Amino acid sequence: MRELAALLLALFVAGACERPKTGGAPPLGEIDPASLPVVEAELGHAPQAAPPVKRNHPAKVVVKLEVREVVKDLADGVQYTFWTYGGNVPGPMIRVRRGDLVELHLMNHPDNAMPHNIDLHAVTGPGGGATSTFTAPGHQTSFTFRALNSGVYVYHCATAPVGMHIGNGMYGMIVVEPDEGYPPVDREYYLMQGEVYTRGNFREPGLQPFDMQRAIHENPAYVVFNGRDGSLIGEHALSANVGEHVRLFVGNGGPNLVSSFHVIGEILDTVYREGAREPEHDVQTTLIPAGGAAIAELELQVPGTFVLVDHSIFRAFNKGALAMLKVAGPENKLVYSGQEINEVYLGERSPEATAALEKAREEKAEGETLEAKMSRGKAVFMGTCSTCHQLEGQGLASVFPPLAKSDFLMADPQRSIHIVLTGLSGEVVVNGQKYNNVMPPLGNFTDHEIADVLTFVRNSFGNQGAPISPEEVAAVRAALPKPQPSGHP
Amino acid sequence: MSAAALTLAALLAAAAPAVGMKRVPGGSYTPFIAMKDERPIPVAPFELDERPVTNAEYLEFVRAHPEWTRSKVPRLLADESYLSHWAGDLVLGSEAAPEQPVTFVSWFAATAYCRELGKRLPSEAEWELAANPPDESAEAKAEAERRILAFYARPRSVLPRAGVTPPNVYGVRDLYGVIWEWIADWNASVVPMDPRGGASAQEFCGGAAIAAREPESYATFMRFAFRSSVEQHFALHHLGFRCARSAP
Repeated sequence: MRELAALLLALFVAGACERPKTGGAPPLGEIDPASLPVVEAELGHAPQAAPPVKRNHPAKVVVKLEVREVVKDLADGVQYTFWTYGGNVPGPMIRVRRGDLVELHLMNHPDNAMPHNIDLHAVTGPGGGATSTFTAPGHQTSFTFRALNSGVYVYHCATAPVGMHIGNGMYGMIVVEPDEGYPPVDREYYLMQGEVYTRGNFREPGLQPFDMQRAIHENPAYVVFNGRDGSLIGEHALSANVGEHVRLFVGNGGPNLVSSFHVIGEILDTVYREGAREPEHDVQTTLIPAGGAAIAELELQVPGTFVLVDHSIFRAFNKGALAMLKVAGPENKLVYSGQEINEVYLGERSPEATAALEKAREEKAEGETLEAKMSRGKAVFMGTCSTCHQLEGQGLASVFPPLAKSDFLMADPQRSIHIVLTGLSGEVVVNGQKYNNVMPPLGNFTDHEIADVLTFVRNSFGNQGAPISPEEVAAVRAALPKPQPSGHP
Repeated sequence: MSAAALTLAALLAAAAPAVGMKRVPGGSYTPFIAMKDERPIPVAPFELDERPVTNAEYLEFVRAHPEWTRSKVPRLLADESYLSHWAGDLVLGSEAAPEQPVTFVSWFAATAYCRELGKRLPSEAEWELAANPPDESAEAKAEAERRILAFYARPRSVLPRAGVTPPNVYGVRDLYGVIWEWIADWNASVVPMDPRGGASAQEFCGGAAIAAREPESYATFMRFAFRSSVEQHFALHHLGFRCARSAP
């Protein structure tokens, strides 16, 4: 308490003697801490942003953050022990006004195993508050700072080992509004990118431990928004309407990687890069450093799903750095027509395959007749299987076994389904002839496609057999062993 | 030895079978966070409890010394969390099984307990030496590091019973995998409150400890950070202790 009083006194004296100037912004006025109105901070829980300040005078803002070490889903079927501010990743968004006095309380829950602290990049002072908030489990600390610079700032834990505390989820955002606030918009959202260094690979199931070597090599299994693979996908997608103006507060907790933040199908109309006072306009991709943040604003002219990514694009599609903004409303064909043409482009494709595809399309409306199945199955066969098994299913002598009049094929439909799903390697005997080669798994085909192509080969090239249904394929697929975690236990 | 003494010893043994102690050969300990020119600290051979002190054992101590019950202990010596998971002054209750390590104990309390048994808390050098046998191979060290990190990363809402982990080369259990432990010179662990600079800038720089012996040893960082965050009257959920004594 004595330190706090001394700090407040020092601030008051400083305010009285010289007005703090920051980066060309108007000088801040004097404050008398004792007479400032006291307000409890209204926090924003991602993806919801904290509400705008709507004050034209400084206040003393009290912020309370509780540190919780919790097991949460990192992806479907994957758990991780996150260290969090407030139980979620990212921590809550704090929003104050330039010139405010912020009294920050850090509570370290008694069940936690680790000491923690907080470094807010909005703080002017040693450690950004870290030295004043080093807190054992079951204890609480506090300190006060004056928000001298406007902007959007990351906060994070700075307890050794720092990278691990951040990597485990201890980061969030504090927005310091300029004197006049940010212009009003229709919607505001809050998201933060961060990496997770798990022992197992992306989506490998189970409770995954932290992997120090991956962290040191800056090779995360996950790069995600808001602490989870799929946090802002499908029913959890951000939403807005055509005609609206949307503001995104986007931060990057890191701990290691910088983000090339991009919205697929939109141009960022306004970007306050790094929260700078002067915005930029018409930005395609904006760099958000580790431990940095930006404001990105979109005016929405057309409906559809817009995908937010880190345009270091393998992260988006192989590590989880992908979120969605669903925009509802009327089409505007003068801005975006939608698809006008989609017809066959032959290229190098075989005439047989093309003909089969066209026939399949014609027959699509005819429903599940054998002919329709055969037709679609032929398209799949021509496009994929005929490369090895040849156009007439005759195979290649002693290399690829025939499908035509094949005893192996016709003996066991279940086995055929299994082979298509999982591939086949090693010796087989077909029509008395030994083959020893590798067939790749084709499990990426849908149950319908596999049923169709098997129906086709079982009723072509001199074969005759019962059609295969998608349900049969689905049953075999469901019985396949689930992928097991590899590597260390 | 007189018959009376024999009887007393037998009674004591029946009341609380003493925890085994394991001999740890002496050696030298290079502080994890070494000042410039700091030399390894010689460590004399010593004995260390093979596992942490349990609730049942601590209850015996408190029975014999009511001044250490939670209602009587001065706040200076143990904060308000002291034994807060027990049901009463002399009742363990459902939150504290007899065989679990005792936690929510302060450094003062741990020190008093050990002294009562003619022992003492291990020093940092002793604890770290016992926990990091110097003749381990690099592979064994790396594997241990992985195991410890995995343990530190797991949630620990319910403590296992004491003595549950496999013994190390000295026969000592639970140095990792169960709880944090008090050491005699806990305040010698100098991970600064902000490890990236500030008052101890000569020890740490730019987010990585340039003075740390093994900057990749995250588990050790965590242990030292933990020790740095506590004060001697703190009583914490995951913090217990074991005793040591110099080898005869």
